[in-house]
Amino acid sequence: MSRFTSRYRWSWVDSVVLLGIIGFFGFIGYRVNTVLVYQWEWGFLPGYLFRWDEETQSLLPNLLVKGLLTTLRLAFWSIILATLIGFVTGMMRTSRRLFPRAFSRLYVELIRNVPPIVFIFVFYFFISSQIIPLLGLDTLDQRLGPSGQSVVEFLFGPVSLLSNTFSGIFCLALFEAAYITEIVRSGIQSVSVGQREAAMSIGLSRWQQMRYVVLPQAVQRVIPPLAGQFIILIKDSSIVSLISIQELTFLTLEVANSTQRVFEVWVFVAGVYFVLCYSCALIFRRLEMRLDSSRI
Amino acid sequence: MNENTPNPIIEMSGVSKWFDDFQVLKDVSLQVFSGERVVVCGPSGSGKSTLIRCINRLEEHQEGRIVVDGIELDQDTQHINKVRSEVGMVFQQFNLFPHLTVLENCTLGPMKVRGLSRKDAEALAMEYLQRVRIPEQAAKYPGSLSGGQQQRVAIARSLCMQPRIMLFDEPTSALDPEMIKEVLDVMIDLAESGMTMICVTHEMGFARTVAHQMVFMDEGRIIERSPPGKFFSEPEHERTKLFLSQILSH
Ligand SMILES: Nc1ncnc2c1ncn2[C@@H]1O[C@H](COP(=O)(O)OP(=O)(O)O)[C@@H](O)[C@H]1O
Ligand SMILES: [Mg+2]
Repeated sequence: MSRFTSRYRWSWVDSVVLLGIIGFFGFIGYRVNTVLVYQWEWGFLPGYLFRWDEETQSLLPNLLVKGLLTTLRLAFWSIILATLIGFVTGMMRTSRRLFPRAFSRLYVELIRNVPPIVFIFVFYFFISSQIIPLLGLDTLDQRLGPSGQSVVEFLFGPVSLLSNTFSGIFCLALFEAAYITEIVRSGIQSVSVGQREAAMSIGLSRWQQMRYVVLPQAVQRVIPPLAGQFIILIKDSSIVSLISIQELTFLTLEVANSTQRVFEVWVFVAGVYFVLCYSCALIFRRLEMRLDSSRI
Repeated sequence: MNENTPNPIIEMSGVSKWFDDFQVLKDVSLQVFSGERVVVCGPSGSGKSTLIRCINRLEEHQEGRIVVDGIELDQDTQHINKVRSEVGMVFQQFNLFPHLTVLENCTLGPMKVRGLSRKDAEALAMEYLQRVRIPEQAAKYPGSLSGGQQQRVAIARSLCMQPRIMLFDEPTSALDPEMIKEVLDVMIDLAESGMTMICVTHEMGFARTVAHQMVFMDEGRIIERSPPGKFFSEPEHERTKLFLSQILSH
């Protein structure tokens, strides 16, 4: 859209900045090459992406791709779950009743004021020992037929790791939902009082005012910060490697340890995360523009 | 209700309201009969908006009674919702829903509150959009309309609920001068159709044409209430005279 493209003239400041950046990376490259005398060796990587299976005569994902798939599933389901939770608690934050307001406030403050790692450790213990068995997710693999197993495997990854994966999803979602709560709250509060009053004056109930007037406008306004939070979530998903969820960071650590090719592995994985997050940003930018241009 | 001894459709008696410790309405009593048109005027901050907003419970009064069409406005949510669906309100700032088209703005209430089907609601909406002379804009979003057009849509949106009473809170104050007439014309039409109306406005020409009763407010009280003929030619109170001389001088 033309109103987003700014016309900007190249000035000498830009040249200086660009030179500075080039110089900086040049320096790093120089240090790595001449001082560390690091021998780059990328040849092992493909073998950790895919492996040739003699039994089935086919190419199967190896550690890094497995990790990537787990991260994708983890991020996907956590984003959905966190958004659901965040919208409910976000609406509770703006309720006129004290209890929902106090409850959601407590939730947000608890999570925002505890380091993520600490939260994950505390909560993992609770989730994996209480919630997962309560929902019967730990025995799900035994109760599923073969076709059910393959569906579940497609959606959530290896059936044997199911309760592990679910713990990761819950932890991550509950953690990120606290931030989404605040985003949703600010979105709801940014809709003017006049909108609510107009909705009231045509007789809509409180829920209908929310559902048909306030929320649609709030959603549109929170898409940019929400997209930002989703990207943070994707990156934060590496935290759950600490509770042995076998996602990208966890398995990368294994590969780095067993191959001793620390730089290559981590540089590669950084690239993978970047591509993941950046594509997410692009998708949301398109969505935002679509919603924007439908209103003319 | 007895046809021969008509009860007022709006009955406010001894209504007082405070914002914190600031008293906005002071023992206000007002009766409006079905089909009656009341124009409320008075200096800014005198409590005009608050007065009419109490009638559909956008503001809650603390003392006195308000009965609208036989329903008392109390803590009962059902009473409040019933009254709101019978009373239409037009705001100074239009307050159209920007995420909905003109047509959707008009069908939302009928569909969600009255339970009309989309088809019926749209037919109804088109009828009222015709009445405010803007049917050709039905598919547009409010953001692309002029102020005058937006305010007419807002009137149509209220009318779609087929209210028995219409409240107007300075409906032309936010409009450019050249658009005021198109909105006033629509309101005059509505008046001629026999709608019960309470209008807060400083459009004295409109008031003269349309009002049965003029109400003058100052500092939270109704100071004077009389038919327009008397109100404009021989106002009783000094403050009314002063106000009229200020407002009619330009
Ligand atoms: N929500 C509110 N909180 C506190 N004071 C208010 C509020 N709304 C209105 N007031 C005050 O009440 C008085 C009357 O306001 P209003 O009814 O809007 O007057 P008018 O419509 O005659 O200009 C004003 O002094 C205004 O500042
Ligand atoms: Mg006002």
